[in-house]
Amino acid sequence: MAVVLEAKNLEKRFKDFVAVNKINFKVKEGEVFGFLGPNGAGKTTTMKIIQCVSPKTSGDLKVFGLDVNEHPREIKQHMGVVPQMDNLDPDFSVIENLVQYSRYFDIPIEEAKKRANDLVNYVQLNDKKESSIDKLSGGMKRRLVLARAMINNPKLLILDEPTTGLDPQARHLIWEKLKDLSSRGITVILTTHYMEEAARLCDRIVIMDNGQILVEGTPKNLIKKYVGDHIIEAENTIEIKTCLEKNNIEYEVANESVEIYSENVPHITNLILKKCTSSSVTARPATLEDVFLKLTGRKLRE
Amino acid sequence: MFGLTYRFIKPWRRNMVTFIKTWKLNFIPPFLEPVLYLLALGFGLGGFIESVDGVPYANFIAPALVSISVMNASFFECTYTSFVRMYYLKTFDAMISTPISIEEVIAGELFWGATRSTIYATIMLPVLLIFGIIKMPSSLLIIPFAFLGGLLFSCIAMCFTALSPTIDTLNYPSFLFITPMFLFSGTFFPMDVLPLVVQYTALAILPLAHVVIISRELTLGVYSISLLASLIWILAATLIFFVISIKLMKKRLII
Repeated sequence: MAVVLEAKNLEKRFKDFVAVNKINFKVKEGEVFGFLGPNGAGKTTTMKIIQCVSPKTSGDLKVFGLDVNEHPREIKQHMGVVPQMDNLDPDFSVIENLVQYSRYFDIPIEEAKKRANDLVNYVQLNDKKESSIDKLSGGMKRRLVLARAMINNPKLLILDEPTTGLDPQARHLIWEKLKDLSSRGITVILTTHYMEEAARLCDRIVIMDNGQILVEGTPKNLIKKYVGDHIIEAENTIEIKTCLEKNNIEYEVANESVEIYSENVPHITNLILKKCTSSSVTARPATLEDVFLKLTGRKLRE
Repeated sequence: MFGLTYRFIKPWRRNMVTFIKTWKLNFIPPFLEPVLYLLALGFGLGGFIESVDGVPYANFIAPALVSISVMNASFFECTYTSFVRMYYLKTFDAMISTPISIEEVIAGELFWGATRSTIYATIMLPVLLIFGIIKMPSSLLIIPFAFLGGLLFSCIAMCFTALSPTIDTLNYPSFLFITPMFLFSGTFFPMDVLPLVVQYTALAILPLAHVVIISRELTLGVYSISLLASLIWILAATLIFFVISIKLMKKRLII
């Protein structure tokens, strides 16, 4: 499959601060590619370089085979952007926002009107067509921003935290739309703080921290590789910890509990219940969140 | 500067469309302001003043009123209003995600400021004509000239906007630059009553002084070499501030 985007040693510095530290990644046509990472990991900066609005400091970034510093217009012509903060135009109604935005892409007015109407339908805002932006809920605004990003029939869609702050209904609608767009062959790159979102939507993800890519792969493989199938949780007490150590079982401390990554759930649970005095032991399937916390640590990020 | 193509027309047009949407509100100031100033200053205060250099007082201040309107229309558009679009509404961010470049966004804002000045000057002319205090047809040249004057104030304003950390700090140029300029640019009294040093300083640094000189010669229909000198001053300053304002804005927004 064709490569839509390729970064080689991509670097971004702000004076002394390295926001993106020589990262490498490739996104193939039709893929849904996710960037995960704590706040300040460099995700948004990477998105802005891809969008050609923040110039890279060094390294290589090609989108559609074109260099981002040399050909921003050609790249932006075929790219749709959903920014982290909604930046709809409050001086215009819902439909006018789409038509106005289409002018920035030189789309002829008749065609623009047709596309705007189709898109309002697509994101289920038909009833709100003539509403002003202030009258929309957070979820409606997000849907409109998504519709706006589609006005130029992009080949590549960039979404920076598309569902942050949305209720479950609105979030599911956005997911549904993204899956649909992806099935039509549009390449999607997104950042998110929601592991469930990444696991559901993304064909491949990278986890970033401190400007670097820590790991890359499919959500499934990453879970398997870094955590295993299951996680057993027991209370975080000294007795249990010494007991686990005595039996040569590796564990991780997660605040109130200890976590044991294991392929053999019955064996470990039995062992804990029989040999260590524990009031509660739970087993659950491992998730992307476990991988994330294992790799980026539990320390709070500001 | 290399990112500047015909596309600057798009941000310009966006502003034009929103201006037309609220045209009733937008058309009040240029109608009302000259009438109020003329009644209070031209005919009220003017009753005590026989004439200035042989010109009736109302006729003397009429071109100054147009010039002040040209200044205010573009200066306040490209300071407070542009700041709101840039900082609060993120309109600029939305535009640069499309094939429009940051240079085009800023140039569109600057030309829009100039357009607003032109609209205001155009609306004021018939009012002044009804009062019979401007000469025709030379006064018609005020219309294209308002665009140039407006562009100059847009460019200066955009420099302040680019450097202003918050919207409140835009009050400094309003008080420290616009207000003194409003009073000391040969607007309500001729500059030659000021000490020579002040006169030269004013001519060197106050753009409004030059706009007033040209406007006055156009509305009175008497021309001198000053018109050419002021025109050259304005053209040069506009070019310089056009380049600087775009550079400063690019530095602020593209990081």
